[in-house]
Amino acid sequence: MCLGAPGQVVDVAGTRARVDFFGVQREVSLDLVDEPVSVGDYVLVHVGFAIRRIPSDEIDQTLDFFAKLSRDADQHEAGPPHPTPADASRT
Amino acid sequence: MSSAANTNHPLSFRDVQRGQALQARLRQVVAAVRRPLTVMHVCGSHEQVIARYGMRESFPADLHVQMGPGCPVCVTDAPDIDAVIALADAGVHVLTYGDMLAVPGSAESLSDARTRGAHVDVIYAATQALTIARSHQDPVVFFATGFETTAVATAAILLQDPPPNLFVYSAHKWVPAAMEIVARLPGSPIEGFLAAGHAATITGSAIFESFVDTYRRPVVVAGFEPLDVLSGLICLVECIRDSRCEVVNAYPRCVTRPGNQRALAVLHRVFQMGDGPWRGIAQIPGGELELRAEFAQHDARRRFATLLATAARRTHKPPSDTCRCGAIMTGMAQPTDCVHFGQTCRPESPIGACMVSSEGPCRIWFESGAPHRAKAAESRS
Ligand code: SF4
Repeated sequence: MCLGAPGQVVDVAGTRARVDFFGVQREVSLDLVDEPVSVGDYVLVHVGFAIRRIPSDEIDQTLDFFAKLSRDADQHEAGPPHPTPADASRT
Repeated sequence: MSSAANTNHPLSFRDVQRGQALQARLRQVVAAVRRPLTVMHVCGSHEQVIARYGMRESFPADLHVQMGPGCPVCVTDAPDIDAVIALADAGVHVLTYGDMLAVPGSAESLSDARTRGAHVDVIYAATQALTIARSHQDPVVFFATGFETTAVATAAILLQDPPPNLFVYSAHKWVPAAMEIVARLPGSPIEGFLAAGHAATITGSAIFESFVDTYRRPVVVAGFEPLDVLSGLICLVECIRDSRCEVVNAYPRCVTRPGNQRALAVLHRVFQMGDGPWRGIAQIPGGELELRAEFAQHDARRRFATLLATAARRTHKPPSDTCRCGAIMTGMAQPTDCVHFGQTCRPESPIGACMVSSEGPCRIWFESGAPHRAKAAESRS
């Protein structure tokens, strides 16, 4: 039940939308999504409700983020030995 | 990542080359810490991705990724399942999400009740509960389980002028409260948490800020594609390496700092936090989402209070004390530490809820096979 699925909006009628999930279409409620949704948008859906409109520029940003992480400079690697768990502040 | 499906769909972050680059980066940052470290994810869907793409074998040997209390099916308490079975047996039409069907209560499951002839139906969307109740006169009880993402859906249908015969039996849970329990456990080896990106889509990443300040462990919000999990782990290990206790949002395409305010308003309008039992773990203060008094006329716990009290006296037995689900979900044990694992406890004959759910740690470990078990045994020795 926890599985959220991203899909693409193919039709909007009031607060309902038809969403394509990798080939399977389902009707979804737009009552909980916090932005206007239009045809072509990607949305994240949980148990029949869209909970997020996924802006397409943020999909590109995610890919940039992955690239940045893989490229990240290794400046830390030569630093002093890392504290052991006992050194780390704990409550 | 072995055999990761590489599709061109813009939402499938499964690209093999990117995955390999991120894996290399993860090895690098773990090596830079120069000691073994243990982190926990708090979402059954993270474990599913890790198992489905064979990621666990590719994690660096010094990185232990523990499963946390992130399977909603596993933490739904047996007496709640007993209660809903009692309602079904009394002739009430019960609706449930499919993954709750086979979970054993104290004695049996909703599926057993259905086999006996009780009226139990599976739904996949909360709005189906509305549709079904509107097309009947008789009482319909929706067994509402799961975390923030399913709780908002339950809340939404209760704000859509539900018919008087629709009742909700809420067993919804609030995840941040369970993370606190894990962080407070004496001797907990957990140095950082990978938080569930979909719950955080609702709550916002800001919800973890006070947790990070109080418990001095970093929290990284991560998504559910293989690349999301890898990048989340990299961010988490970087925080540990740098002794940075902060919240990192590694799932920015879905999660914002304030979260989905519209959905949160709906959630808080309908539910309030109460103390509730998480199966096998503890009674968790603030861990249960209770219907507010305003929705009492749709609250199955109130409407059927007498019947439920009688049933509770009749059926409640202490759960098996040899099932180690609780220790597993709090990061203190692995499925392979349980004597029943793969022997007397298997998916077709489960002892605990962790072997039933497709998001349950024991089930996922069992189905993803021996290499994981071997690695776990090796890392303990
Ligand atoms: S293997 Fe079965 S009995 Fe053991 S902890 Fe897992 S669910 Fe419980």
